[in-house]
Amino acid sequence: MNLNWRDLARHYLQVVAFCLVIAVVTTAIWPEDGYWRQLGYAMCMGTFIWLPIELGRFAFLRPGETGWPKGWRGVALTTLGIGIGFFVGSLVAQALIGGGPLEGFMQGRRDRYTSIVITVACGLIGSYFFHSRGQRAALDARINAVERDAAEAKLKLLETQLEPHMLFNTLANLRVLIATDPPRAIAMLDHLNSYLRVTLSGSRATAHPLAAEFARLADYLELMSVRMGERLRYALELPDELRALPVPPLLLQPLVENAIRHGLEPKVEGGAIAVQAHRNDDGTVRIEVRDTGVGLQAGQPAGSDGGGFGLTQVRERLATAYGAGGTLQMTALAEGGTAAVVQLPATALAPASPDRPASVNPAAPSASRSATAPTP
Amino acid sequence: MNATALIAEDEPLLAAALRAELAAAWPGLTVLASVGDGLRAVSEALRLLPDVLFFDIRMPGLDGLGAAMELADNWPVDERPMPQLVFVTAYDEYASRAFEAQALDYVLKPVQPERLRKTVARLQQALGARGAAPSAAQAPAAAAQALDAALAQWRQLLAAAGAGMPPDAALAAATSAAAAAATPPGGGPLRVIAASDAGGNTVRMVPVQEVLYFEAADKYVRVLTATQEFLIRTPLKQLMAQLDPQQFWQVHRALVVRAEAIESVHRDEAGKLHLQLRGRPEKMAVSRLYAHLFRAM
Repeated sequence: MNLNWRDLARHYLQVVAFCLVIAVVTTAIWPEDGYWRQLGYAMCMGTFIWLPIELGRFAFLRPGETGWPKGWRGVALTTLGIGIGFFVGSLVAQALIGGGPLEGFMQGRRDRYTSIVITVACGLIGSYFFHSRGQRAALDARINAVERDAAEAKLKLLETQLEPHMLFNTLANLRVLIATDPPRAIAMLDHLNSYLRVTLSGSRATAHPLAAEFARLADYLELMSVRMGERLRYALELPDELRALPVPPLLLQPLVENAIRHGLEPKVEGGAIAVQAHRNDDGTVRIEVRDTGVGLQAGQPAGSDGGGFGLTQVRERLATAYGAGGTLQMTALAEGGTAAVVQLPATALAPASPDRPASVNPAAPSASRSATAPTP
Repeated sequence: MNATALIAEDEPLLAAALRAELAAAWPGLTVLASVGDGLRAVSEALRLLPDVLFFDIRMPGLDGLGAAMELADNWPVDERPMPQLVFVTAYDEYASRAFEAQALDYVLKPVQPERLRKTVARLQQALGARGAAPSAAQAPAAAAQALDAALAQWRQLLAAAGAGMPPDAALAAATSAAAAAATPPGGGPLRVIAASDAGGNTVRMVPVQEVLYFEAADKYVRVLTATQEFLIRTPLKQLMAQLDPQQFWQVHRALVVRAEAIESVHRDEAGKLHLQLRGRPEKMAVSRLYAHLFRAM
């Protein structure tokens, strides 16, 4: 971290303000010196406590720490600063205005102890003030960074879901259908409508039922099958017991899009996509997106290292919503093509609505609610 | 004016629409075939020898650029003049911009009648000029000139369409760790390439200055130095964007060579060019599209 002169000046002004107050207190204790002399003492002490701590912070700071050294180094720095401040500050004050606490040492015990106590107390209060302010600033900066990252991720997600090439090709197809096959054009427009609706609101809603997720996949696949014609066949399979399962909106969409873009689109004869949800015996849920495309190797971003933005996004959303229980696995199929398998933990199935009968584990409903909510 | 055309477009509705719009804008044009992938685009074009090609850029099998390059090399120029090439594109922001910037012809999807009429007018003009020119048998020099002009136009089109490569693809290639070419931190041409060796277990850092040529092979690009061979997964198109164009020349769809390492270029009886690199035994074919690089100064 570099010295920032504006910060330095701001901190020193705060020290000066602090000294103005201290001088009022010390004037009350030793009224014979008068306020201005007391202020002189306070300023000297304050300056020489502040200066070593302020500069020392940068000397003591380890990489990665912001603002204030942690642990014993912070304590040592404060102690050192107060010690230096007391002696150097006293000497300077003595030289400039005469008298002062060191002279007090010679005069009597009461003054000596009082001035040490005041210096230490004020030094500690001042250090605590700067320390907590620094911590808060660092925290604010971190929160800002996280919020910015989240906003960027949302924007990128939206961009991938509303990929211009997909959108404009869909519109081009729609334009053809309006002239040649109006009923089909209307159907296509309806699919586009509901796809856009959930895409544009999807970044706000926290969860929707798996049935709704499958319906949006159907919209997307229907749009794509108008474009690709016979080159795309698809099947969606959702057991009734899983229809109400809450999932983050459009969680599966990048997987289907990947299957089309990197699996089927490069393949001359096209192929099939199957999306299946299945409840395992242990209560966990398995959702599989399987295609008969060109496979992992030739498809570009879907490498073994975790793949492109779409897959990373799915993994992150799974981790946010389900913790370690939510996983995504990409597998190359022996018969060609790729399978993307999403596993959801058993708690994902617990009812999210509070008006359902309480489950065996009383923590489960709230767990699943918080599980499906993204980070605030 | 009567002419023949081939449409290569993988979305059936859009292919039908283009065909319908063409029928309205150019009644004399016969669409000989409409195909849905790049490989068939090449084979059908060579079989039917149309006057005009409408190629979608994104197609399965072989994309529009690859198909055009393939055709440029295999077109029987003695039999038929090079066809007029028109790229059809939906939303390739970068490609459209490149086409616009160079005043090249392309058709934007959805096809709008007015825009298409302009393209048709230009095509008719070009075909008319071609028809008026003497045939190869009468004036070989004039025919050679016409061929050069056609090749130059194709080259421009391909360069513009190549510039339309989506940036996210380049990014994905640069960040997919293992066998990708590492982008230099400050931009500028690539200095070192991270490549796997023939066994595939070790990643080798290959200085670009040692590389003699790159050759696209199926899913990989071979990286060859005077003595060794490595493999990378970054497609040649994306790799080229990171190479110094002064140092590395594309001489074929699948081949980029170090210009300084070229020792000689020979013309065989069929008129095809082959080049030989210093320090490498193999002879490499030069595409007709890039033959102009080797005209004696």
